[in-house]
Amino acid sequence: MEDSSQTLRLKHLLAIRWFHWVNFPLLSMMIWSGLLIYWAYSPYHIGSFHFFPDWFVNLLNLKFHLAQGMAIHFVFMWLFIANGILYVSYTLLSGEWRMLVPRSGKAFRDAFHVLLHDLHLRKEAPPQDKYNAAQQIAYTGIILMGVGSFLTGLAVYKPVQMGWLAALFGGYAGARLVHFMLTLGYVGFFAIHIQQVVLAGWNNFRSMVIGYEVVTQHD
Amino acid sequence: MTNPRTITLSEREAQKKLKRLTRRGFLAGGIAAAAGIGGYKWLTSGGEIGGRTWQERAVLNANGAISEAYFSDSRLARTFRPDQIGFQKANGGYGLDDDDELKTWKLTFDPGIAGVSPLTLQLADVQSLPQQKMITNFCCIEGWNVITQWTGVRLADFLRKYLPTGHSLPPYVYMATPDEEYYVGLDRKSAVHPQTLLAWEMNNQPLTSEHGAPLRLVIPVKYGIKNIKRIGTIRLTDKRPADYWAENGYDWFSGL
Repeated sequence: MEDSSQTLRLKHLLAIRWFHWVNFPLLSMMIWSGLLIYWAYSPYHIGSFHFFPDWFVNLLNLKFHLAQGMAIHFVFMWLFIANGILYVSYTLLSGEWRMLVPRSGKAFRDAFHVLLHDLHLRKEAPPQDKYNAAQQIAYTGIILMGVGSFLTGLAVYKPVQMGWLAALFGGYAGARLVHFMLTLGYVGFFAIHIQQVVLAGWNNFRSMVIGYEVVTQHD
Repeated sequence: MTNPRTITLSEREAQKKLKRLTRRGFLAGGIAAAAGIGGYKWLTSGGEIGGRTWQERAVLNANGAISEAYFSDSRLARTFRPDQIGFQKANGGYGLDDDDELKTWKLTFDPGIAGVSPLTLQLADVQSLPQQKMITNFCCIEGWNVITQWTGVRLADFLRKYLPTGHSLPPYVYMATPDEEYYVGLDRKSAVHPQTLLAWEMNNQPLTSEHGAPLRLVIPVKYGIKNIKRIGTIRLTDKRPADYWAENGYDWFSGL
């Protein structure tokens, strides 16, 4: 009689795990130093909600740190960009991009079905490979957002030397606004990402650290 | 060495393997996190240069060197229509404390050449050069920007006229208020950019004291901090000059 067996499957490649976990503190530093910069001139609001309320500014001690914020932002931009370029290059060279990029027009319909499934409004999840269609759209979208942050950042950093780029975003002030909105996008991504990781459970989370996941029956 | 895609083991062996991988993975993660925190501590706790750690300052200077290398004076700041002009608030009053200075104001131009004494110039000497008007975006390092019209002469024209013949421009230009309370350093390329003006009018009105009367620098290829008001001295130099805000934590180059 055979002992019952268990299969461990390599889900996340070592390099991808490193890029992912290195990106987390780098992006956090970019957002925090960005907030220090934004405080010095903070005009954005939605209706009567101003970015950012006093309690938030005080909680994060954002006041009067413009020079520090700029220095941190312009040191960490190199690391953040380098990590992003290495990650994208690696996914292209390893072929991993095939798992990450939505491959057909069906992706948006599938992603919608994933959403309905997650909300318990639909019984079956659409068939998927390593990542479902909603994940593919999210993980590809976040890279495009990164490209957007790089371009708008460059436009705000050098609005004269990169005048054509600034013009693309409606000028200096436009580029600054888009740069800010993309940052809000990361925060939104992060919130949903954490929620999904919690829902997916330990086996999934652990695989982002050690690479392997335990294969469950319905796979 | 590549990791196998799948490993099938007895449940006991699989659990053992999983435990080993988990311990190793989280240990590596912990070490990496500690290294990252250590790296950040190192970056932010070195000896200070101008209000920044030497490490931060080294990166800011490297960024400045790249910016300067890429800089071209054929790239012009965008210009605007008169109806797009906004309200220019008076930000930064360093070196503007004593309005009595205005009565005796003169401009000292020191070409920084051994044996050549500085020139003393009046506003009319500056205004004798070809007059320029431009409407450009003024970008404060705080993040706001305002479209403003300026009347003045090109710093490049000024330097061409008053630099003794047979001498070429050194790499840097230093400017200070009459009391030297505020001062800026400029790289040569930015200084001779065609939109870098010595200006005496803002939005078609003579400069008020708080905006830098009688003569100020307008340099759209730099943040507002470099647009020094009430210039008392212009000095050419081979050494990177002192700069008020670069001594207070900001980037020396501060180019746009």
